[in-house]
Amino acid sequence: MHIYSSHVLVCSGTTCSSKQSILIIDKLKDGIKRKKLNEKIQVITTSCFGLCTKGPIVVIYPEGAIYSNVTLNDIDEIINEHLVNGRIVKRLLSGDNNENNSYETADFFKKQERIALRNCGVINPEMIEEYIAYDGYQALGKVLTDMTPEQVIDKVLDSGLRGRGGAGFPTGRKWLFAAKAKGDKKYVCCNADEGDPGAFMDRSILEGDPHSIIEAMAIAAYGIGSDQGYIYVRAEYPIAVKRLNIAIKQAKDMGLLGDNIFETDFSFNLELRLGAGAFVCGEETALMTSIEGKRGEPRPRPPFPANKGLFQKPTILNNVETLANIPVIILKGANWFKTIGTKKSPGTKVFAIGGKINNTGLVEIPMGTTLREVIYDIGGGIPNGKKFKAAQTGGPSGGCIPASHLDVPIEYDTLIELGSMMGSGGLIIMDEDNCMVDIAKFFLEFSVDESCGKCPPCRIGTKRMYEILKRITEGKGEVGDIKTLEELSETIQAAALCGLGKSSPNPVLSTLRYFRHEYEEHIINKRCSAGVCKELLDYIIIPSDCKGCTKCIKVCPTKAITGMIKEPHIINQEECIKCGACLEACPFGAIIRK
Amino acid sequence: MSKNCQCGEDKVCQLDNVIKEHKNIAGALIPVLHEAQKIFGYLPMSVQKQISKGLNISLAEIYGVVTFYSEFSTEPKGEYQINVCLGTACYVKGANDILEQFKKQLKIDVGQTTSDNKFSINACRCVGACGLAPVVTINEEVYGKLVADDVKGILEKYQV
Repeated sequence: MHIYSSHVLVCSGTTCSSKQSILIIDKLKDGIKRKKLNEKIQVITTSCFGLCTKGPIVVIYPEGAIYSNVTLNDIDEIINEHLVNGRIVKRLLSGDNNENNSYETADFFKKQERIALRNCGVINPEMIEEYIAYDGYQALGKVLTDMTPEQVIDKVLDSGLRGRGGAGFPTGRKWLFAAKAKGDKKYVCCNADEGDPGAFMDRSILEGDPHSIIEAMAIAAYGIGSDQGYIYVRAEYPIAVKRLNIAIKQAKDMGLLGDNIFETDFSFNLELRLGAGAFVCGEETALMTSIEGKRGEPRPRPPFPANKGLFQKPTILNNVETLANIPVIILKGANWFKTIGTKKSPGTKVFAIGGKINNTGLVEIPMGTTLREVIYDIGGGIPNGKKFKAAQTGGPSGGCIPASHLDVPIEYDTLIELGSMMGSGGLIIMDEDNCMVDIAKFFLEFSVDESCGKCPPCRIGTKRMYEILKRITEGKGEVGDIKTLEELSETIQAAALCGLGKSSPNPVLSTLRYFRHEYEEHIINKRCSAGVCKELLDYIIIPSDCKGCTKCIKVCPTKAITGMIKEPHIINQEECIKCGACLEACPFGAIIRK
Repeated sequence: MSKNCQCGEDKVCQLDNVIKEHKNIAGALIPVLHEAQKIFGYLPMSVQKQISKGLNISLAEIYGVVTFYSEFSTEPKGEYQINVCLGTACYVKGANDILEQFKKQLKIDVGQTTSDNKFSINACRCVGACGLAPVVTINEEVYGKLVADDVKGILEKYQV
């Protein structure tokens, strides 16, 4: 194998490649070749490092220098200064000061513990050899040659690994049920239908380390006695689909998928199935119905999938991040895994931090880390000096956590106690400019759109809740509305068919719990102090900024603005219909919404 | 596929081949619909009928599946697909204003196509590029960190 003295790693994940990282790779390769350094320096196309907000990211080893916001114009300098002369280009370093420049010391990475993301940003995901070099397929080899299926399941049970897709059901128990179920055919499915808005950890793993999922599914299949697997992946993730197809083909060519793997009796085949844009297909029974080629509607449980799942056969379904943990647990052991995280929630969790935060991106933290550490130490705090208002976890099934609970350790159970949930790991930060009633309305609109329509509590109930919230944000809220919302929530939680339906009122309930005053302000005072709900705002002219040009008077459709030329104008609030035409017409920015 | 195929029939032949390839796999309908939409751009009734015959699945069931999934369309779509991300991260950063601006500039609503078949606007859920929020994709092109004033300039690029 050829030994290189330097490695240049360039991210080609969705965010970086939309900012020209693919062209950056070409230019780097070209430049290195022209300097005749291509025998010494290797350029590697990797996937997401997690620091998406500062992309495109280029990392150079052995120094471990992380360059951020790299553009095509920076490439010549990187080649000439760093690669030829060995001087780090300090102006491109990601840290706030020049010391914070490597993986080990940068604030963003320091508190992280990367298990599921271990290979993301490290290996070239399109080369099976690189995965193998990083202990890939060793766990599968160990399982097939040294362990019985019972031992595999025992190990996963013992590790305490819980499902990372949302509810946190113990993975080992799921496998045990399916192993015990009787059936001539069993299936292993991977849920890669990541639908929660604001969550993209599964996409990163699929794009960055597809072989770890294939390996884990093969291990699961051996454990429960299956020979066929399906990966159900969103069609909206074209790069992930492409890399999974490449990975499956490579694994087949190397004999790591197919018949008699590692020359044992174990055979396992894997197929990819594309979703078609239905959020509900992330629910386990709906996903299986969709693989069968039907409308992706959930089925009542029991029978549980472990007994009657895909094509009515015993089936296990695991989320991408859950599976990514499996090979490491097999190799390093359950006891090692339990030393990370907390007693009830061992291991790590990947979060996609987004919204009003400085470092948008992917982070993997040990369970038990507090929200404050994630938001301020890793995430770098709230931009523009604004005040933190709430953190939303769990997507449309979760809730909003206010500032008073920032020091709660993140675990499955603590988040549920707070009225939210872990969910798949979306973490959206909101500041004082976000209106919580509007956010609740946003999630309900999502649930209305995505309700499959099979059961009335979800189909009709969420629609009624959305209508009430819409009225409140338009200033037509009535005093009994909060009570009606609570009653509807209770009914939907009790009576909806699937987990998604049952949890759809959570965004409303959690905002009612912590931000009830905002609802009351909207309903009683007809005000939105965050300044979001348009119908509740007044348009005001700042007299000192108004030059008296009469432009706003001319565009106002209700003649609500009065004033003489070259004198400050005034908006008559009684006649104003809040169309916003004056605000757009004003050349001096003298009109504000308040 | 016959070389003498006329343009329209060429696509029909392509679809027949797809159906043949998928006929024996379990749950073939959705993969076939994906392929069919790639060939035709959308799924008109004639295509659904051909699939119904080829896979021996009732037309009613196929129509049910096509209308259930938002990815499938029974109407032709514009040359440029404008997808405005309304995921949570984009929403809290003002994606709604961007969407309103596209609607205003093109004078169409979400889900509609301009009369010259050039643009369609879709409101989509998270494209997973939250670091660039608010995000809009037009066909394969990604536009990030947008403000409402950027919309006009972006559209002009495609109007030449």
